[in-house]
Amino acid sequence: MDFELSPEQKLILETVRRFVREEIVPLETDLDPDASELPPRHRERLVAMTKELGFYGLDIPEEYGGPGIDLTTRTLMAFEMAQHRAGLYAPCYGVFGGAGLAQLYEADDGQKERYLYPVLRGEKRGFFALTEPSGGSDPARAIRTTAVRDGDDWILDGEKTFISGADKADFGIVFARTDPELGRKGITCFLVDTDMPGFRVRRIVHTLRSTHYAAELEFNRVRVPGRNVLGEVNQGFAIANDRLSRNRIPYAAGCVGVALKAQEMAIAYAKTRKTFGDYLSTRQAVQWMIVDNEIDLRTARALTLEAAARADAGKPFRTEAAICKLVASEGAGRVVDRAMQIHGGYGMTKDLPLERWYRELRIRRVGEGPNEIQRLIVARDVIGGSFH
Amino acid sequence: MTGVRLAKAWLDLDEAAIAALPGQLGVYEIGDARGGTLELGFAGGRSRFGLRSAIAEAAAKHEAARRFRYEVTMQYWSRFEELLAVYLADHGELPPGNADRGEQRVGRLGVGPSCATGD
Repeated sequence: MDFELSPEQKLILETVRRFVREEIVPLETDLDPDASELPPRHRERLVAMTKELGFYGLDIPEEYGGPGIDLTTRTLMAFEMAQHRAGLYAPCYGVFGGAGLAQLYEADDGQKERYLYPVLRGEKRGFFALTEPSGGSDPARAIRTTAVRDGDDWILDGEKTFISGADKADFGIVFARTDPELGRKGITCFLVDTDMPGFRVRRIVHTLRSTHYAAELEFNRVRVPGRNVLGEVNQGFAIANDRLSRNRIPYAAGCVGVALKAQEMAIAYAKTRKTFGDYLSTRQAVQWMIVDNEIDLRTARALTLEAAARADAGKPFRTEAAICKLVASEGAGRVVDRAMQIHGGYGMTKDLPLERWYRELRIRRVGEGPNEIQRLIVARDVIGGSFH
Repeated sequence: MTGVRLAKAWLDLDEAAIAALPGQLGVYEIGDARGGTLELGFAGGRSRFGLRSAIAEAAAKHEAARRFRYEVTMQYWSRFEELLAVYLADHGELPPGNADRGEQRVGRLGVGPSCATGD
């Protein structure tokens, strides 16, 4: 596969690279090392800049006002946007704008008026609630939250866990079982307002990420009007599944971006730090770590771009998306680990971003489908059969 | 599971107590003599001497500060967010030292007096 960049892509990437190094990285000197948000005055200034550049709302479909950037270019941009301390989970602190929840583009016109457009205008925030205490990797079987029809309404009962942003959201996309006999074909997707009686954010779940937490949710006889069914009754799992495959590509790209920066730091440090009279970069033990980093990086980068290119070409990309997520999350973890080793004691400190990336990359092997599930997906696609 | 509230013993705010604090990262609560909370905060990765310097600096901002309590945690930021959300649920407003943050930027937890099962 040929990944020669077009002149337009080169210009875009150079612009993003300069933006990250000149606008984002200097701000991090004064921020808490675990910060995931910018002070409002900086955020507003940088959002104005990305709008001026025509890059705001990168992931919004063109027909809704997005810039219409293909997934390959978007992936290349993601490599650059992740190359700073907060870059893995908060690339450029969100100043390129978000797309909202992808499922809302499948909503009917009334739902778009009430949820999608307010989200795109920055007036409402939503959350995505699929995982339950009974499991997240196999949602079709694990979902125990029920929705029972009551006249024109539905009554939701159950709980969700590891849900991001629910405590600050106005509504959520919630998956519930509407037919216990139909397995994955018995799940429906609902738009649930957080001020509906019976909805409760029960507790915060602290994780390796200091600034970002998940939440446990409770649904106690929450009455949801029939007009809040997103898509078709009993077709909710297809909505969830469509999101999962596509999301794995930018998810992998973020890992690659952080690893690229860690490798750059490792090489720079090895060329300046001396032990026993000579630079670390002259020591074979260090050289091999840097070489192993390069192999992990190039492998992950190529596989991620391959997945993006297939998606852009309209070809099936489920296998490629699973492979790139798996390879990038595991490879980037190894790259950052070796970079920490090369930096010695400094690599363990909050003076450098490596320890934050190390913690956050560990989550990446579980998020967006654990890597064991990615292997199952690839096995199913290359061998055939289904999950058991 | 960590309790959602900062269930630590209050300590009198004096130089000896501050000097005895650990240099670790964590969260803290500054209180007045009447049992009120003046400020919730955290000692993050940029704090010079962790909780010791962070609590000293926060206490110096409040003339009415008389006592404090703290919890050592590496998850200082999400724990701080949790304490703010719990305080807001309990009191309907933020402590005076946190008012400039704006209630709209604080999460809504179902643990307040209106929730029978709140911790």
